[in-house]
Amino acid sequence: MLKIEDLHVYYGGIHAIKGISLNVSEGQIVSLIGANGAGKSTCLNTISNLVQNSKGKISFMGKNITNAPPHKIVKYGVAQVPEGRKVFPQMSVSENLDMGAYTRNDKLGVKEDKQKVFKLFPRLLERENQLAGTLSGGEQQMLAIGRGLMAKPKIMLLDEPSMGLAPLLVREIFSIIDEINSQGTTILLVEQNANMALSIADYAYVLETGRIVLKGEAKTLAADEKVKEAYLGG
Amino acid sequence: MLPALGFIICAIFLAMIWALFKNKKRISSSPIGRFFFGFLLIILSIGAVNYFLVGINANRLYFWQQTIYGVSLGSVYALIALGYTMVYGIIRLINFAHGEIYMIGAYAGFFAVASLGLPFFLALMFAMLTSALAGVLVERIAYKPLRKAPRLAVLITAIGMSLLLQNVGQKVFGSIPRSFPRQFTGLYRIGELNIDQSRAIIFVITFLLMLILQYFVVYTKPGKAMRAVSQERDAAQLVGVNVDRTIALTFFVGSLLAGAAGILVAIVFPQIRPTMGLMPGLKAFVAAVIGGIGIIPGAVLGGLIIGVSENLVTAYVSSSWRDAIAFGLLILILLLKPSGILGRNVKEKV
Ligand SMILES: Nc1ncnc2c1ncn2[C@@H]1O[C@H](COP(=O)(O)OP(=O)(O)OP(=O)(O)O)[C@@H](O)[C@H]1O
Ligand SMILES: [Mg+2]
Repeated sequence: MLKIEDLHVYYGGIHAIKGISLNVSEGQIVSLIGANGAGKSTCLNTISNLVQNSKGKISFMGKNITNAPPHKIVKYGVAQVPEGRKVFPQMSVSENLDMGAYTRNDKLGVKEDKQKVFKLFPRLLERENQLAGTLSGGEQQMLAIGRGLMAKPKIMLLDEPSMGLAPLLVREIFSIIDEINSQGTTILLVEQNANMALSIADYAYVLETGRIVLKGEAKTLAADEKVKEAYLGG
Repeated sequence: MLPALGFIICAIFLAMIWALFKNKKRISSSPIGRFFFGFLLIILSIGAVNYFLVGINANRLYFWQQTIYGVSLGSVYALIALGYTMVYGIIRLINFAHGEIYMIGAYAGFFAVASLGLPFFLALMFAMLTSALAGVLVERIAYKPLRKAPRLAVLITAIGMSLLLQNVGQKVFGSIPRSFPRQFTGLYRIGELNIDQSRAIIFVITFLLMLILQYFVVYTKPGKAMRAVSQERDAAQLVGVNVDRTIALTFFVGSLLAGAAGILVAIVFPQIRPTMGLMPGLKAFVAAVIGGIGIIPGAVLGGLIIGVSENLVTAYVSSSWRDAIAFGLLILILLLKPSGILGRNVKEKV
């Protein structure tokens, strides 16, 4: 469904991604794990084309989207939930969700999906009219995911949804990601919390300083000695 | 000099009220609450000025007359200030060429009325559209290629653009001032007050334009996109907003308002010249900063404050102080609250 072939990304002189290839099949949860600065966010931002200095090919459902402008990519069905949430701070929760549906014109469907998001995150419904900037970190993460869902994406790119959250909330968020996936949205999940990521993923890639050093079934990787040592805390 | 003393006392008074509501976090946390607080502040300070000045001159009617004229003039500053503030909000650029967009509006209005013989309201539309196109063109030619350049480079480009447009204006329109055909020479009587029809028209049109703008920004999809881009540009792109188009639209709308300001001013001060954008442009910029740059109601508030104080200073102190007061207020606000009256110190959430 999403296919990356030999991708290189440069920030000025810095060679941040050094030829990675990656494949996400429809219906899967694929996880991309790696330490700080490995290039995970860069990879997602290149898919969304927020980062443009790249070589290589990215295709989505058979279509070459390598140089498509960011707003087009959303329209094709690729939504990103960015690192650090990036909700619109001066807009209400409700307005943030409406912004998520910016590319859609089916008012009824949007309304329905909003109800679905509220069902998934009842806490957002309670805070419907609160300004997003005043939400707690966990609530902002829920909102960011909800906003991503409102685009009705075929694939959702999630960048470290567990960042800065308490363990209990991390578990909640991950079970919701799992649920979103079981309702038919394909997921590419970037995480440092390899434990959690591997527990819900079907397939995983390990990224180290811009290169993929390991890949395989999530279960296999979770049992791998090297991965255990480096990413799962021994 | 007594009036000057009155003014100093007023300034202190103003600062005190300000200090008072600076600490009332809760009331001043919602934008509307803050707007009303700001408004209250204006009313109170007008009252204070009234007390001191009128106590001296004992001519209340004259005072109110001048205040109303000040509101009318201030609403024009507000129209121009809106363009500064919207553009700043979206690309963090002080668009120094904005005053020239206003000048272009005045000339477009002039030609529409004097050469084409259009009725005033059609001329208004024509002026607005001409300015809007000019504004979009400036953005496209001068600022868009610099989207990723350092901010200073863009700022210098804006100053260059301003000078360029002034000089092109001299070349095309000639440097001799033109005289805008007299419009709306009637007089309204409200109680004992005499209000020029032209000033009333300015105020009414400005007010309508601001209502439309408010509706546009809050409720329409492109308006929401504008707010989204100014709050969190990357996220706006990630929900599918076309950022380039939204920026162009912001220039369009801001310049539309500046064009309206250009022709509206010409019905009260009919002398138009290619350099006419300089002073009002600067003052409107000051208005935007006083209200809180990037904040739409702030621009309106700042415009009104400057308009009123300018008229009162002219009336009671001396017309040579007219231009100084705006910058005096700027210094005052930068000392008291650099983020502007409605500005807030945004806290980042980790
Ligand atoms: N805008 C930028 N300009 C220059 N270098 C950048 C930029 N963004 C990222 N980099 C560099 O690219 C490399 C990869 O960064 P990236 O943000 O993709 O890492 P990451 O894997 O997402 O890390 P983290 O887990 O900390 O979020 C880093 O070395 C970083 O310093
Ligand atoms: Mg990252």
